[in-house]
Amino acid sequence: MIRACFSALWSHWRRNPVQLFAYLAGLALATALWSGVQAINAEARASYGAAAATLGEGQHDQLVPRQGDRIPQERFIALRRAGWLVSPVTEGRLAGLRLIGIDPVTAPGGLAGLKADQLLTRGTGGAEQVFVNPQTAQEFGGGLAVTLDPDIAVGIGIADIGRVQNLLGHSDLSRLIVLPDQPLGRPDLSAIAPDLRLQAAQQSADIGQLTDSFHLNLTAFGLLSFAVGLFIVHSTIGLAFEQRRGMIRTLRSLGVPLRLLVTLIAVEMMAWAAIGASLGVVAGYLIAALLLPDVAATLRGLYGAEISGTLQIRPEWWLSGLLIALLGTAGALAGRIWQISRMPLLASVRPRAWVMASAARFRLPTLAAAVLLSGALVLALVGQGLFAGFTLLGCLLIGAALALPAVTSVVLSGFEGRARTPLWEWFWADTRQQLPGLSLALMALLLAVSANIGVSTMVSSFRLTFIGFLDQRLAPELFVQVETPEQSTALLGYLDTNAIEVLPLMSVQTRVTGRPTELYGVRVGPTYRENWAFLDARAQPWNAVEAGRAVVVNEQLARRAGLWVGDNIEIDTGVILPIAAVVGDYGNPSGQVVISQTLFQRLHPTQVPLRFGIRTQDASGLRAELSAQFGIAPNAMTDQAAIKALSMQVFERTFTVTAALNALTLMVAGFAILMSLLTLADLRVPQLAPVWALGLTRRWLGWLEVLRAVALAALVFLCAVPLGLALAWVLLSIINVEAFGWQLPMYLFPAEYLWLGIYALGAAVLAALWPALRLMRTPPSALLKVFANER
Amino acid sequence: MVLEFSKVQKSFATSDGDVPVLRGISFDLAAGQTLALTGESGSGKSTLLHVAAGLEPFEGGSVSVAGQDLGGMDDGARAALRRRDIALIFQQFNLIPSLTVAANIAFQARLSGRADDAHTDRVAKALGLSAHMSKYPETLSGGQQQRVAIARALAAKPKLLLADEPTGNLDEGTAEEVLEQMLDLVSQTGASLMVVTHSPAIAARMQRRLHLQNGVLA
Repeated sequence: MIRACFSALWSHWRRNPVQLFAYLAGLALATALWSGVQAINAEARASYGAAAATLGEGQHDQLVPRQGDRIPQERFIALRRAGWLVSPVTEGRLAGLRLIGIDPVTAPGGLAGLKADQLLTRGTGGAEQVFVNPQTAQEFGGGLAVTLDPDIAVGIGIADIGRVQNLLGHSDLSRLIVLPDQPLGRPDLSAIAPDLRLQAAQQSADIGQLTDSFHLNLTAFGLLSFAVGLFIVHSTIGLAFEQRRGMIRTLRSLGVPLRLLVTLIAVEMMAWAAIGASLGVVAGYLIAALLLPDVAATLRGLYGAEISGTLQIRPEWWLSGLLIALLGTAGALAGRIWQISRMPLLASVRPRAWVMASAARFRLPTLAAAVLLSGALVLALVGQGLFAGFTLLGCLLIGAALALPAVTSVVLSGFEGRARTPLWEWFWADTRQQLPGLSLALMALLLAVSANIGVSTMVSSFRLTFIGFLDQRLAPELFVQVETPEQSTALLGYLDTNAIEVLPLMSVQTRVTGRPTELYGVRVGPTYRENWAFLDARAQPWNAVEAGRAVVVNEQLARRAGLWVGDNIEIDTGVILPIAAVVGDYGNPSGQVVISQTLFQRLHPTQVPLRFGIRTQDASGLRAELSAQFGIAPNAMTDQAAIKALSMQVFERTFTVTAALNALTLMVAGFAILMSLLTLADLRVPQLAPVWALGLTRRWLGWLEVLRAVALAALVFLCAVPLGLALAWVLLSIINVEAFGWQLPMYLFPAEYLWLGIYALGAAVLAALWPALRLMRTPPSALLKVFANER
Repeated sequence: MVLEFSKVQKSFATSDGDVPVLRGISFDLAAGQTLALTGESGSGKSTLLHVAAGLEPFEGGSVSVAGQDLGGMDDGARAALRRRDIALIFQQFNLIPSLTVAANIAFQARLSGRADDAHTDRVAKALGLSAHMSKYPETLSGGQQQRVAIARALAAKPKLLLADEPTGNLDEGTAEEVLEQMLDLVSQTGASLMVVTHSPAIAARMQRRLHLQNGVLA
């Protein structure tokens, strides 16, 4: 019996392959985008984990310098002699590779991703080896003899501390790792090394936490795409059940018990779902592999986080992809199965998809939409935090989607009322009648188009702001980096003698308000006064900064520390100054404080400027001159245009992933419309046959089907514009501030929206064309059957 | 007896209260017998047939099919009885559109685990369906579809065949032909047949006739 029932159920799909394709493709698309995003996230998290293990961050307390970033070797010896169990670490960059030197004798176990004793025991040359990940070896290994070790984080080389000191050409240390078990009665840190401070494990900069917001954004996009894909699944399951009502009744009347029937249908649909989801996981892997290099570039550009460029098949993403797809399908199935179990055995077999789109039908979703949109309004007014931001987004998008059928129905009624001829009256009424069958696809289109409008508004606003920001920050025409303090003095002397305006760029890493912060000392002059635009400032802020009576802070620090113009901030022990201005600092993850050069040199007398911004009308001439005079290598001098181009390149790459996900979501929505129209096409015959019989040609009916799709897509687009702008506002004013620490001004881009509208209409035309052509070619006999009472 | 009704009562709930449809119906049908049930529209003929098939519950009295009391059965047991001993023929054919004619005919026999290819072929041949076995129902005429429905019912070798207006959708000539073939096959298989019909001509072809009026047998 079970075999016979399965064969009957399977026969439905065999006879309706398009519907089966829609079901599998919907699930595959939904799972693909979701699991693709999860695969990227999992890879990134694994990379952060490897990096944290390699660097010892988050695991051990560390001793770090109070000022600057170097510790003299003697300090380590003094601490060890005093009984402190510490292990030295030195690090630096060599041709782009981050080299970390550890002491294998004193390092805690598990540090650096490989056992420290490997450095001691790997043959006689252990102390000379540099251990790197195979991917790192490919990228950086050119001039360095390396040993491969896949456990080491990407972009990092590990070696014995002596080897690293030799390679980097210095004998200083970067930090000291404090071992977990320390002897009792050891002297106080301040007595032996007053220039060091103890940094607790959890206070170290955790790149995982820093990038959480980025991954949350990706996850939100993945979830949106998944929701759009699930609409297709929901819609297909609904139609499949409607079309099989007759079969279900027949099977029951022939003696198949209800419970068995329900079980078989559930097993059948879940088996298909497993196939669709598996295809989706495979496609997700491909999408992730395709996008990973751009994501890696984004994370490097935004956060300085290195992630592996090679994707691994990790159970956490493919299992979660399968699971969420199966749960989504089960959710969509549950309602239909409940309907079947309550359906009287002798109920009418007429498909119910054709019930009129009545006001009562839309009452519940409209009510839910009103509740969700009100919730969104409340959250926009009083909500705080990233979670509230995303909840607001969710309420806004789902609420708008649920309201769409009712809004569309009202608009179509209006058209119907104004129609002057019976044909158009029928057209609008028939369009309205189709709403129940098409509403899920239209909701998917609404979400996709509004997400596109919202995200493109955000990206374009960001681009405009960023270009302005680059003009402001990169005012000097030439940037020069020297290597020694002597070169620095000579260069400054030469530039001052030749009356060339020079802006020494001095900075140290420090902690302000308990947060890692870059402290800059600047020579206040016309360049800063004329070019820097502030988000907020008191009168003449540069005068106060120049006099050493105030500071400028970036928006990130101001927001995170809850400070603003006029508030006091402690930039060094006992040095408390008011904030004169807050400056936008886009794309920078950390805080920044700008003080005058004089004050900076008083606080950090050992710091010598090694980088300079130079104002000149003849950048190439000056480059040649400096190269000849001071032997500065050409690659140590960069002109403004090159930096701007590089910055814009990083910026554009940052949003490649977003653009790709945007395009994919729109494609999924177009596919949803196509599948809905195709699966509805057969059920439409009884409705179209009478109109055909009354004198409308099949060709006309076909074109009217296309027009109907265009009209509905246009309506959806009109609803998507305000929704997309609301989405952009939430992204720019709430999510961005919470996630990245800066707010962006919102600009409008009507031409972009117009193009998007054309794409959406184009997608609708393409989706409607195939079903319309099928209708145009429907043989008259098929239409005549409607009147033969044989259906 | 293959079918026994004893004082069966059945009513439908409406907004105006319960409306009785069957008021103490009693009759029986012996093995191999044919019976016509006639009556005006709304007299309860189809309801009586649905009760006999275990498709509708009833409130009073008892119904037994092939010696088994339907009253004490749950949905699963009634479904099992239908698979094994009962076959139904509907006015609207109720074929499975996605299965071929051959698969439709063999379907109930396969459900009941009594698939017999030789018997199925014989039934199909007797009904003139041999040339259409690989076609789908939608490509057949109404008369042909009803023949498929009859073939499906008889291929399962039921003890009781219940037919609701089996020729109601067919023209007079086709109806006569289909009825003839159905009666031939019924007599060959030894099944009992109860036909619900408006047609005096069809009723006249049955061994017994019952007339239902206002829920009682006249």
